[in-house]
This record gives sequence, structure tokens and C-alpha cells, in this order.
Amino acid sequence: MSTQPQKRPHGGDEDGGPAAEATPVSGSAQAQKRAGELDSMLDEIDSVLESNAEEFVKGFVQKGGE
Amino acid sequence: MERRVFGVETEFGITHQGGEHRGLPPDELARYIFRPVLKWGRSSNVFIPNASRLYLDVGSHPEYATAECDDLLDLIASDRAGELIMHDLAQRAEAAMAEDGFDGSVYLLKNNVDSQGNSYGSHENYMIPRTTHFRRLSTILLPFLVTRQILVGAGRLVPATDETPAHYAFSQRADHMWEGISSATTRSRPIINTRDEPHADAALHRRLHVIVGDSNMSETTSLLRYGATDLVLRMVESGVPVGDFELENPIGAIRHISHDISGTATVKVRNGPEMTAVDIQSGLLDRARRFVRENGAHHDQVEQIFELWERTLQAVASGDHSSIERDIDWAIKKRLLTDVAERGGLRQGHPKLEQLDMAYHDVHPRRGVFNVLAAHGRVSTQLEPERIERAIVDPPSTTRAALRGRFLSTARALGAEHTVDWVHHKLVDRPLDALMLKDPLLAEDPRLDTLLAKLGDRVETLREQNLAQRREQAVPLALSERYTLASPREFAEPPLI
Repeated sequence: MSTQPQKRPHGGDEDGGPAAEATPVSGSAQAQKRAGELDSMLDEIDSVLESNAEEFVKGFVQKGGE
Repeated sequence: MERRVFGVETEFGITHQGGEHRGLPPDELARYIFRPVLKWGRSSNVFIPNASRLYLDVGSHPEYATAECDDLLDLIASDRAGELIMHDLAQRAEAAMAEDGFDGSVYLLKNNVDSQGNSYGSHENYMIPRTTHFRRLSTILLPFLVTRQILVGAGRLVPATDETPAHYAFSQRADHMWEGISSATTRSRPIINTRDEPHADAALHRRLHVIVGDSNMSETTSLLRYGATDLVLRMVESGVPVGDFELENPIGAIRHISHDISGTATVKVRNGPEMTAVDIQSGLLDRARRFVRENGAHHDQVEQIFELWERTLQAVASGDHSSIERDIDWAIKKRLLTDVAERGGLRQGHPKLEQLDMAYHDVHPRRGVFNVLAAHGRVSTQLEPERIERAIVDPPSTTRAALRGRFLSTARALGAEHTVDWVHHKLVDRPLDALMLKDPLLAEDPRLDTLLAKLGDRVETLREQNLAQRREQAVPLALSERYTLASPREFAEPPLI
């Protein structure tokens, strides 16, 4: 049985390069970076969703299962 | 019981959208999705080489039932493999439809409710000893299952009605449960279904069929779901006192709890006080910990399950969910909906948020919102992707599933007509030799070898295909042939002397 430790990057997965280590990042800069990462992820999600949300929701109708 | 057999059956929602015209209705879409399955097995209800079952259920829901697993991580791997198998079929359906002039995208959603409130399930199966006292089982298990949603619910944005505003609930399924225990499914959806189909030796085993659960996207949530349920069952089976949390009105309670994300809703315990779901779950967690202290842990994830269980209860009790928003489906989704609503200034119940609630469950690896979160490292995982991919083709190796997989793949490679189900293995030309395997925990049986040997020496000529070779086959990976016949030349050439 192989168990994998849970990955908990918790904002710690900076680009890892030596440059990133050399310059200490202040708290607010880090928060800004996190907000930026969140923003770009939400943009990505936006771009993959069907553009007409209401139509998508209404269009998803099925009879019950089991 | 030292080892337990687990399985989970997932019904998927389907929709065809985004084309120039209105999408195909679900029944026509389902036919496209199952076209490769029908071609492969001449039926839309088949056992596939990984020993799982793939079929089209009532209401045009594609359904995937994992093979028998006796290990929680195997179970989660097999369930996750089911998502990838469905995605593969969806992609092929999309291509076939495009050829026929239907543009748009095919969506397979691993959720439990459509936009009109129709519900479909995620059914858990747990093998329990036939000797389990059923009254004791229901007294302990029902309150556990009614309150389990605060740990492992998938979360749902409930649309506004005349009576209630739009709000976020713990569970997708809670509103669709109508009874505590019964033998019906569609008519009156009970939390525990007593239909007695053990798929095993009925003198020894029962198959406990739990239909109250939400489909989970998170592997971590899944681990807590199956792991905690297994621990509670162990206590039931052992006969230790487990406290008295029997509820006066389980169905009223399950809804009441689901719709109160603050976790403060109380429910009436029979002959006892009003309690919150956190109170009841904390009581069960304490007893489970004591039980493991006294009896030892029976697998490697027990401590991890306890830690998750406790952390989630603390998060619900405190109202601060930040400590679980990488691990627990309802909290992951709630975080996302909050972020999106804040960024766009959207009111609760905005169609965009409803769409996100559904898209969270999209199985598409790059479009499904849970999968996007995973790709950005925002959720925890339990399995390496390689293990999930292997589970698309490999049966679990420690249960009867291994035998079923070998039987059907061998018969196919040799062109022998056969039928197979959870228990039965039959070569059509040799009806008298049909083999029943009634112990789901047995992964070896000489009778199966004897049966396959009747197909002749050709069994010796089979060559097992590796994953790369199987990927090259034209059919979906899950339906790829495990064995091919060695070319005759391999035998014609005498050994070099």
C-alpha cells in the first residue's frame, strides 16, 4: 500500500529559482502575489466555462436516476 | 471482519451544450457516449477489463460501478479511474457527433442533481457479516449517515424558492432522501437500502447498500467518507457500546442539517437532548478513537482519517472553514464560490455561481473546475496520477475482481463466447462448467485456471500488453485488450542450439 503525503504548498510553491530565494518577500508582497495567482486561476476558469451561464444551467436537465 | 469489500457506484449527469443549435437530449447523447461500449461488448451493460461495470442506467445516466476493493486507496483509485473512463467516452462521443453535424461540447458531471432538482446517486457498498444485528446497525449507522454530510458532503448552491432565499448547503443528496431504511430505491430513496443482493455467499455476508452519499471529487474527502464509515461499521460489528444517538426524525434531521452551513442546527435525539451534527459526530469520533486504541489500527490511513475527521468538525464548529478548504469538497467549493462572487460582485444564487456549482463536478481534466483547482495546487490529493491511470486497465489485485478481469480478458483474446457478472463466470460453449465465485475476498482460485485451461494450450500463447501497447489500441483505454495471441512465428521457430 503506497501512501502519498498530502501536498500542502500553502502559497509556498514559489517559482523555486535561486532569484526567488535571494530576495526576501515582504508579507504584503506575498499577499499580493497570492491574490494575483487567484486572479489568474479565476480567469482561467472563466475562459473554460460556457459563456452563457444561465443557458448552461437551464440546459442541464435529466430524469432522476437509480 | 479483518478485511472488508468496498465498492462505489457513480451515476453521472450528462449534457450537450455550446453548439449553434440546442444540444441533443440526454437519451440521444447517451447513445453516442455508449457507442464504443456497445461495439465492444454488444451491450450497454458490461464488465470491462479492470473488472468494473459500465452501464447505462434509468434516465440515461452513464454509471460506473467499481470492482470489489479491500483497500481504501484502491477504491478511490478505481472511482477516479471511472471519471477518466467517462471522459474518454465523452470525447469520442463529441467527435462522433461532430461528424454527424452536431457541434457543441459533451459534459459529464459527477454530481447528484440537475437544474430542476432531479437527483441521481453515488451508492456505497460495504460487505458486512450476515450475523450483524440489523437493529443495532441501523441505530448506530443512521445517525452517523445523517450527520456525515458535514464531513463529506459535496456542497450545493440551493436556488431560491418562494420560501427560502438562495443559500449554500452541505449536501447535494440530503433533500432527496425520503426514508431511513427500506428496500426501495427510486420510489422512496432510503438512506440505507436493504435490498438483499450480497453478490457473495448469502449465508456469510450481506452487502450494505448506502445511497445517501454525495459524489465526491476530492480524494481526501473520499478517504474520510469511506474510512470513517468503515470504522463505524467495525464498532457495530464488534458489539462495543457506541452511545445512543438514535434520531427521532432522521429525514427531517438530514435536511435540517444540510441547509444550515453554520453547523448550529440541532436535531432531537430519541429520549435525549437536542444535539448538533458536530455533537453527534464528535461522540462517534471519540468512540472510534477509543476503539482503535483498544483494538489497534487495521490499515495505514486510520490516523490520517481521525485527523481529518477532527479537523473538519472543528472547522464546522468554529465557522472558520479555512483549515479544510483544500481537503473537503463542500468547503473547497464554498471557497471558490465566495472568491468568484466577491471578485465579480455577484449576489448569492447568480447563474454564474450555479454554473460553477455544476462545473466543479465536470470530469474533463482541463475544463472541470475541481480539476483546474487541482492543477493549480489548491486541493490535496492522495494518489499519484499513474496509479489512477493503472486503475483504468488493472483490476484490484487482492479481491475476486482479479479473477473476473483475468477470465474476461482471456476469453476475449481467445474468441471464446462468455458471460460474466459479479459472481458468475461462464463459457457459452461449456455451460456445465460455469463457475461461481462466492468469496469476494479471494483473489486466487484453481477452479478458474482449470476452466480457462479448457480453452486449450492457447492460454499459453497469450501475451500481456503493457500500458503503452494498450494506449495504442483504437478503442477507449478502458476497453483495450489485455492479452493478444502471440504470433505463430514465435512458436514455429525452434530454439537456437
